[in-house]
Amino acid sequence: MYRPCGTFDETYIQDIAIIRTPMHWSSLIAGIILLFSLPFLVSGKYLSLLNLIGISIISVHGLSILTGYTGQISLGQAAFMAVGAYTTGLLAVYLKFPFWLALPCSGVITGITGIIFGLPSLRIKGFYLAMATLAAQFIIPWLIVNVRPDLTGGTDTLVVPTAHIGSFAFNSQERIFYLVVPMAILVTFLVRSLVRTRIGRAFTAIRDNDLAAEAMGISLFRYKLLAFFICSFYAGIAGSLWAYWMRAINIDYFLLSDSIWYLGMVIVGGMGSVPGAVFGTVFIRTLDLLVKNIAPWLGTVVPSLAGVAAAALGPFVFGLIILVFLIFEPRGLAHRWEVIKSYFRLWPFSY
Amino acid sequence: MEAQSNTAKLRVEGLHLSFGGVAALSDVSFEIKEKEILAIIGPNGAGKTSVLNCITGFYRTQRGDIYFEGKRITNLRPHKIVSLGITRTFQNIELFTGLTALENLMAGRHIHMRHGSIAGSLFFGKARNEEVKHREIVEDIVELLEMEEIRQKVVGSLPYGQRKRVDLGRALALEPKLLLLDEPMAGMNVEEKEDMARFILDIHELKGIPILLIEHDMGVVMDIADKIIVLDFGEKIADGVPQEIKVDSKVISAYLGS
Ligand SMILES: Nc1ncnc2c1ncn2[C@@H]1O[C@H](COP(=O)(O)OP(=O)(O)OP(=O)(O)O)[C@@H](O)[C@H]1O
Ligand SMILES: [Mg+2]
Repeated sequence: MYRPCGTFDETYIQDIAIIRTPMHWSSLIAGIILLFSLPFLVSGKYLSLLNLIGISIISVHGLSILTGYTGQISLGQAAFMAVGAYTTGLLAVYLKFPFWLALPCSGVITGITGIIFGLPSLRIKGFYLAMATLAAQFIIPWLIVNVRPDLTGGTDTLVVPTAHIGSFAFNSQERIFYLVVPMAILVTFLVRSLVRTRIGRAFTAIRDNDLAAEAMGISLFRYKLLAFFICSFYAGIAGSLWAYWMRAINIDYFLLSDSIWYLGMVIVGGMGSVPGAVFGTVFIRTLDLLVKNIAPWLGTVVPSLAGVAAAALGPFVFGLIILVFLIFEPRGLAHRWEVIKSYFRLWPFSY
Repeated sequence: MEAQSNTAKLRVEGLHLSFGGVAALSDVSFEIKEKEILAIIGPNGAGKTSVLNCITGFYRTQRGDIYFEGKRITNLRPHKIVSLGITRTFQNIELFTGLTALENLMAGRHIHMRHGSIAGSLFFGKARNEEVKHREIVEDIVELLEMEEIRQKVVGSLPYGQRKRVDLGRALALEPKLLLLDEPMAGMNVEEKEDMARFILDIHELKGIPILLIEHDMGVVMDIADKIIVLDFGEKIADGVPQEIKVDSKVISAYLGS
C-alpha cells in the first residue's frame, strides 16, 4: 500500500489514521499555535469575524454530514440553530443552568427536533425533501416568537447570561475566541473521524445509492434519522455558542436566508468534504465582511448606488459566488485544495 | 418431503407478483440446497430479476412464501433479510460511486461491525480496532478477486468489468450464507467472463455456500450450474440438471421463440 510520495504503510492503523506523517503533525501544531495567537494580533472587528466563523463551522459541519455526506438537503439549518440558541437562553435565564450543562442540553434537544423534521426524509427525496425541511424554517421561528413570548421575548431580544467555567467568565471577544475556536477544531476532528468509519460510510452509501445501501443491511430509517440528529445536534451546539457569544439572541439571526447561506458554505467548500466545510465557511464569511466594508466605499464612488449597495451587495455577491462555483467548480474549494496538495506532494518534480 | 425440506437452504413456494394487474411471476416454486449452484435462465422480461427482488425484499409478493433455513422471510425489509445472511449483486451494478473500491467493500462489512457514532467520532479503541480488523478481512477479498490495482480508485471512474467485480466483492464482504448473482457476466468480453466464472467457482469452493445465478450465457451456465430452472413469461417451464435442460423441448422453443 502506498501513500503518495512512497510513504509505505506498515499497518492499516496508519493507513486509516487522520494525521499520518511527521509533516502533518508539525504543520498542524504550527497552525494551531498561529491560530491561538490571533487574538493578540487582530482587532476587535476581525476577532468577531473569527468567532462567527468558528461558530458557523460547527453548524456547517453538521449540515455537511446531512447534505454533503448523506445526500439529504436541508433548508432549515438556521432554524435548528435558533432551537439551540433559545434552549440555551431559556435554560440559562430561567433555570440558571451553567454553561457546561446548557451547551450539551441544547445540542441534544436540537438533535431531537431535527429527528422530528427529518421524518419526511423516509418518504421523500431531493426537491420535495428540501420543501419539507423548509417547514422547519417557518414553524420553528413562529413557535419561538408566538408560543411563550413572555419567556423568549417574542420578536424582542432575549438577554443571555455570560458563560462561565469555574470563575472564568467568557465576557469578551478574546475570551470567547478561546471557547469557540477549540470547539470548532474539536468538532472538525470528531466529524473527520466519523465520516471515515462505519457510520460515515453508511451515510455516504445512502447518498450514493440507497437501494444498494439497503442491500448492505444499512437501515435507511435509522441512518437518515441519525444524520438529521447529528446535523441538528451540531446546529444546536453552534446556536448555544452563538447565544453565549452575543449574550443576546434575536430570531432575526436565524432566518431562511441564513439557512441558504449555510447551504452555500457547504456547496462552495465542496459537498462531502470535511476540510471543504471549513474552507467554505471561512471563504463566505470573510467575503461577506469584505463586501460590507466595500459597500459604503462604493456608495461614495457611485452616489446613485449608495442606498442599494449597502443592503443588496452582500446577497448579490453571494448569489454570484454560488453560481460561479456550481458552474466552474462544483466540487468546491476542497477539490482545489486536493489539486494544490498533489502538486506540492510531487514538488519539485511536478509534471 | 420432510427430509428434503431440511436440506433446503432456501425454499420458494408459489410465488406470485404482479405490477398493476400484469403478472410478472405466477406460481414460481423452487429450492436451493446446501452447496448447490442453481441457475435461473429465461428470455428477457421472463421474471428472473423479479424472483431475486422478492427473495431480497425489494419487491413485495402478493402471494406465496419464502423460507430461509426453515424460517419464513416473506416480505421482510431488505436490510433484515441481509442480516439473516442473504446477499445479492445487481444486474445494473448498484455501487457507491463516490467511494473507493475498498470503501465499497468496507460498506459491505457494515452489519458485522458494531461501533456507533460516538466511538466513530472519537476514533479510538473499539472503532479503530474494528476498522483494522475488518479492513484485513476486506483485503483478503481484494486478493481473492484480484482487485489490488483498483482498491484505492473511486468506483465511479472504473470500467464496467471492474465495477462488476467490486459489486461481487462487496456482496462477499457481507459473508453471506446464500449468494444471489444477477447476471454477473452480462456485457463482459470472453476473457472477463472466464475470470468471473473462475471467481464464482473459487467462492463456491472456498466458502461452501449455495449460489443462485441468473445468467444469459448458456455456455457458462451449463459449465458451472448444478441445477437449472427456466422461466418464461413469469412461469417456471422447466427445471433439472444441465443435460436435461439442454434437450428440453419447452426450453428450446422458449429460446427460439424469443
Ligand atoms: N418495478 C417494476 N414495475 C413494473 N413492471 C416491472 C417492474 N419490475 C419488473 N417488471 C416487469 O416484470 C417482468 C419481469 O421483469 P424482470 O426484470 O424480472 O425480467 P428478467 O427476467 O430479469 O429480464 P432481463 O433478462 O431483461 O433482466 C417484465 O415484464 C418487467 O417489465
Ligand atoms: Mg433481469
